[in-house]
Amino acid sequence: MTAAPTDARSAVVRQGLSVAVATGLYGVSFGALSVTSGLSVWQTCVLSLLLFSGGSQFALIGVLGGGGTAGAAVAASSLLGVRNALYGLQLVPVMRPRGWRRAAVAQLTIDESTAVAVAQSEPPLRRLGFWVTGLGVYVGWNLMTLVGALAGNSLGDPKRFGLDAAAAAAFTGLLWPRLKGREPVAIAVVGALVTTVLVPVIPQGLPVIAAAAVGSLVAWCWPQPRTGDEA
Amino acid sequence: MTFWFAVLGASAVAFATKFAGYVVPPAALEQPRVKRLTGMLPVALLASLVVLQTFSTGRDLVLDARAAGLLVAVLALVCRAPFIVVVVLAAGTAAGLRALGWG
Repeated sequence: MTAAPTDARSAVVRQGLSVAVATGLYGVSFGALSVTSGLSVWQTCVLSLLLFSGGSQFALIGVLGGGGTAGAAVAASSLLGVRNALYGLQLVPVMRPRGWRRAAVAQLTIDESTAVAVAQSEPPLRRLGFWVTGLGVYVGWNLMTLVGALAGNSLGDPKRFGLDAAAAAAFTGLLWPRLKGREPVAIAVVGALVTTVLVPVIPQGLPVIAAAAVGSLVAWCWPQPRTGDEA
Repeated sequence: MTFWFAVLGASAVAFATKFAGYVVPPAALEQPRVKRLTGMLPVALLASLVVLQTFSTGRDLVLDARAAGLLVAVLALVCRAPFIVVVVLAAGTAAGLRALGWG
């Protein structure tokens, strides 16, 4: 294996670390929101250590905090994590993990580590990008989750600090980059409408599942793009 | 106990999902329709969660300071503000309005 030039490697490290810092910071909002949703500091930290997928974690505490059942919370969280399986498929030829490394690589397979890895030009840099970003986000996210959980517990009424609005903004921030083209916008509108209509009439936690089901149906039936202009 | 069940259950499913990517035969997930579906599922879920977090109090739909926070978040996103700034601005807006006695 030929070593990549040093400056190319340090560029990847800088990229990975800046992504890690930016992502890690919003672990604070996860930690604070989680304890204000009724989870303990321990449960909050275990989520970041074991689940380690931001969108899924927010979904879980969102449903639990809204009074949904554990089953509905697990379902919403798990559906949101399906994309991680696709990332694994993209990373198999890059990482080629064996033995215990396969578990470590799988655990660190998230939006950020995949994005930085696939953005690199050659395999050694891709692997470097994956490890730096994955480990960097893991450490930052978990430390900041603890800070947020401890701070959130001592804040008193979370509404006073607008923490409930922070949750809405967090989901919007996660959704925003995906709204490119007519199909995702249509699906987002349908998902929002289905939820709005169903909130007053079906048990808590179920509207989000219904929105996912109807959204999937729209995606499945959406006219296929001609080959070549796939997003 | 319910919360622990949710925490550990969701964590187990999440790890299995991540691990599956490294063992599932690629052909199963690489069909264009399946690929698009897994790309669009998060969009529907996130849109739903935005509505729940902004306009719902469990069983009721309400319009309060969170809606103003969401509006500010969208404006910040249009201006390409970083994620953490978007979240802080939204929280600040809601907190400010409540301090003034609304929502």
